[in-house]
Amino acid sequence: MLKVEHLTKMFGGLAAVNDVSVEFETGKINAIIGPNGAGKSTFFNLISGMHEPTSGRILLDGVDVTTLPSDKVARLGVGRTFQTTNLFEQATVLDNLIVGHRLRTRSGLWDVLINSKRLQREEKSARDKAMEALEFVGLTHVAGQFIADITQEERKRVAFALALATDPKIVLLDEPAAGVNPEETVGFAALMRKMVDEKGLTVCLIEHKMDMIMSLADKIMVLDHGEKIAEGTPEEVRNNPVVIEAYLGGDEDAAA
Amino acid sequence: MFKFASLLMTPAAKYLMLAFAVLFPFFAANEYQVYVMATAFVWAIAVYGLNIITGFCGQLNLAHGGFFAIGAYTLGLLTADYGWSFWPAFVAALVMAAVLGFLVGIVSLRLKEHYFAIFTLCVGFIIYLLIDKWEELTHGAIGVRDIAAPYGFGVVDFTDTTPFYYLVLAFLVFAIWFMGRLSKSLLGRTFIAIRNGDELAQSLGINLMRNKVLAFVLSTTYAGLAGALYAGMVRFIGPDEANINHTFDMITYLLVGGIGTIMGPLLGTVGIVWITQSLQFLEEYRMIIFGPLLVLLVIFFPRGIAGSFLTWMHRKSQALGSGKKHKESKVNTVQPREAESNA
Repeated sequence: MLKVEHLTKMFGGLAAVNDVSVEFETGKINAIIGPNGAGKSTFFNLISGMHEPTSGRILLDGVDVTTLPSDKVARLGVGRTFQTTNLFEQATVLDNLIVGHRLRTRSGLWDVLINSKRLQREEKSARDKAMEALEFVGLTHVAGQFIADITQEERKRVAFALALATDPKIVLLDEPAAGVNPEETVGFAALMRKMVDEKGLTVCLIEHKMDMIMSLADKIMVLDHGEKIAEGTPEEVRNNPVVIEAYLGGDEDAAA
Repeated sequence: MFKFASLLMTPAAKYLMLAFAVLFPFFAANEYQVYVMATAFVWAIAVYGLNIITGFCGQLNLAHGGFFAIGAYTLGLLTADYGWSFWPAFVAALVMAAVLGFLVGIVSLRLKEHYFAIFTLCVGFIIYLLIDKWEELTHGAIGVRDIAAPYGFGVVDFTDTTPFYYLVLAFLVFAIWFMGRLSKSLLGRTFIAIRNGDELAQSLGINLMRNKVLAFVLSTTYAGLAGALYAGMVRFIGPDEANINHTFDMITYLLVGGIGTIMGPLLGTVGIVWITQSLQFLEEYRMIIFGPLLVLLVIFFPRGIAGSFLTWMHRKSQALGSGKKHKESKVNTVQPREAESNA
């Protein structure tokens, strides 16, 4: 599905991501863990086209997407969420989500002027898509509320829905469970599992909550100082002495 | 239930305002009042343009007054110096504002946020300087006289104030209609997504440059339209039309009325123009009243008149409808969510 070969990103003299090769399989939950500053978010930014890599290749279903800008990568089926999502606070949840399907539509200025059939059809499909995504994340009941009036956890679900409305094949989730309580974390884990089971998506997430990762992920990649130091099932990673040395050993969550 | 349109303003209120505007010349005390209102409408059209690039797309464009002047000067120079008649020159003014908007846009929109604002501030000043100093073309500080008035194809005489008022009103109605349609469309939503954040918009597959340039060209075309109407109305223009103060006036109108709303530009512009008019007798001292008034407005209505009204309406409708809606939604959605978190 997504194949990364010898990916390197230099910022000045510093290698934020250094010679990382990894493969993410279809329909799997892949986690990326590592200490702060390990290059996890940079890795996401490289895959999604936000940054251009210094060297290496990124293949999405065999297509080379290494140098594509992020809007083109999104159109090829890479959806993503951010640690914080800025939405239009004074508009409803549904109104914020409709634009999510924009990349699958073609209406332009002329369609707006003459209110063309195509525009009407595409607006309906975008609205349906938004409702469908909202239903998937379990937020139909807040569809008509302003973003400003919903809870932090609901906002995070809206960010998921927005990524889903783009019809992705793979979703990159940057700390989806940051800042939510343990009970809600369980909810997010279930939601990610549902994305894989019901939609057949490939999920790739960065997360610090070890208990969640260990029970959820099919495969874990560990980054440290921009380099891949380990890869494998939760069990393998948990018992890897290099990982324990670099990261887990110092983390109290790991024992949980 | 989720119709954005119903929130913007009740349709009844819109028709009431339109009726008021149509009947205004009949109950205005004198011709001067009609003239003031027509001027306010011209500015309102320009403010709608600013609303597209700044209110919807989130890019603070400080060259807006400059594009207003480009529209005015294109029409003025073509009719006064080159013998064009009004309507062809009018179309040329729009095209000029759009083309120059495109050229400035593809350069300036490579910059983000404050850098874009500062760059456009400079562009606005350069436009002013060009108009002021390029005397062979623009007559410099002397200004352009004898600008043609729109001809009415033998039906109406637009040199009279009242017919011109209706002409401006027609363009204003079109400007608002298009704004309303744009805001609800996928294109308008695309602009709003860019305002929410470049990175997020791009991750949704939105081509930033193409959409920003489109919003910018739309806004400069609105400014050019307003400028051309202005030149046809006052029929004498000078470099001061490109003064940066006009840009800041328009930003004030936009903020007071409600940035990013449909009716905000109109309410803000007409409101402030009339308040300024009615405080005219205080001359320079009117700012003593006007300043605190603005401060109060910003404190108590941070989203402007229209924005605050919309929020209030939405909250009210949510409160009214909540009893029924919540029952529905509990059945449909809360249960699956509980089931999911137990899984």
